[in-house]
Amino acid sequence: MNFYLLSVIKAAVVVGVLMLALLYLQWIERRVVARIQVRLGPNRVGPWGLLQPIADSLKLLLKEDLIPPGANKALYVLAPFLAITLSLISISVVPFGPRVTVAGVPTWMQLADLNVGVILILAISSLTVYGVVLAGWASNSKYPLLGALRASAQMISYELPLGLTVAAPLLMSNTLSLRGIVASQAHYYWGFFPAWNVFRGPFPQLIGAAVFTVAAFAETNRVPFDLPEAETELVAGFHTEYSSMKFAGFFMAEYSNMITICCLGTVLFLGGWLPPFPGLDAVPFVGPLFWFLLKTGVLLFIFMWVRATMPRLRYDQLMRFAWSFMFPVAMANLLITALLVAWVG
Amino acid sequence: MTAILFVLFAAVAIVCGINVVLRKHPVESALALIGTMASLSVIYLQLGAQFIAAAQVFVYAGAIMVLFTFVIMLVNAGAEEKSRGAWMARLAGGPLLVALIAILGFVVWRAFPGSEGVTFGGYTGGTAENVGRAIFTTYLLPFEITSLLVLIAIVGAVVLGYKELD
Repeated sequence: MNFYLLSVIKAAVVVGVLMLALLYLQWIERRVVARIQVRLGPNRVGPWGLLQPIADSLKLLLKEDLIPPGANKALYVLAPFLAITLSLISISVVPFGPRVTVAGVPTWMQLADLNVGVILILAISSLTVYGVVLAGWASNSKYPLLGALRASAQMISYELPLGLTVAAPLLMSNTLSLRGIVASQAHYYWGFFPAWNVFRGPFPQLIGAAVFTVAAFAETNRVPFDLPEAETELVAGFHTEYSSMKFAGFFMAEYSNMITICCLGTVLFLGGWLPPFPGLDAVPFVGPLFWFLLKTGVLLFIFMWVRATMPRLRYDQLMRFAWSFMFPVAMANLLITALLVAWVG
Repeated sequence: MTAILFVLFAAVAIVCGINVVLRKHPVESALALIGTMASLSVIYLQLGAQFIAAAQVFVYAGAIMVLFTFVIMLVNAGAEEKSRGAWMARLAGGPLLVALIAILGFVVWRAFPGSEGVTFGGYTGGTAENVGRAIFTTYLLPFEITSLLVLIAIVGAVVLGYKELD
């Protein structure tokens, strides 16, 4: 089949599924957070409130789209587009499953397997800060500007521990291709214990995975690190002046980034689409895609769980935590992994 | 396809490069510079230098330019006033630009006389493995000297910063 046609079809499928996931991730989050906080959550629109996301999207679509008179118009409009475009690009290198044959066409469940896939995700995620920063600056208003300044400092600081913890599993897998990283975890200790990077010798990445998760909260501006949009101090932070679909754009970008970083965590530490026990191939409906979605879902649930339980950090605590705890721990983890990998061979 | 992409991103790079100079507001100039770097990285990717392309985005667009924009916003630099420039510059600018382009073209022409030009996809040595091996074997000394220089610059910046505080 024509390569370009196949790529377009795959991209359309991924974007479609991702958009649906974004829509319903918000519903799931509201229900989960409500349950944890002993509330009911949205349950009026449709059965169990299942139509709530659609109602919310309609509301946002029909809202008046305002541009503040003092704003830098071009950048003000550009910012949400930039945020959502960048957050959608990085999903293109994530492998969701192994090689499959759909309607007689063999293809990988992945859009592109770059041999620098991991670095591409890090590079694109380091660009996502521009959406936030430009939104805050172009609004020409003090709370958005404060939010933007916080966002840029915070995202630069937490990118460092994130990058360092990502480097450690790369050393063990000896490749930068996300597909290759999953393939390197495809065996079992003693015949049943999965050799995922989080459990795998020579140095199990338990600490690395923990630091990665915390840095991921900060990179996606989630509670307890949602200082750029802290409601209690900054109204709504960097997107205070935005309304209608532009506001929805930031919302979608945040959830899309969350999904991407959870996919990355699944691939790097939890063995991607590999099942936790050998011999599960015969069970119907429990294919590679199921395991990938389950692992990513568990990580996303942790994001929601933390959001429902943790209070927001103060700004100096946030910075001190990044530089005097996260960074040294991630550095030590990388050094020990590197030494052990070199020693074992 | 590759030719179309190359022309497209080369044009974007040039337009953004010109915009860096022409824009009145520093934030817009910084953004134009990011645009140049991003389109350069696409051209690296087309030439087969995958690692360099990703590093270009990661380091320049993602880290250095974020700091630039951060500082511009922090000092809240406003739009610059446009002067008409010195009469010398206005008079000699055009001819000098033509001369510069001519000299550049001449140098390239003399340095690579028999070159058949660049073929996309002809070079495959741009993977992370190749770059890493080159840095830590062939170019180990220049690499280490460069990192030492960067370290000195950082230490110098810290020293200067402390003086400011006192």
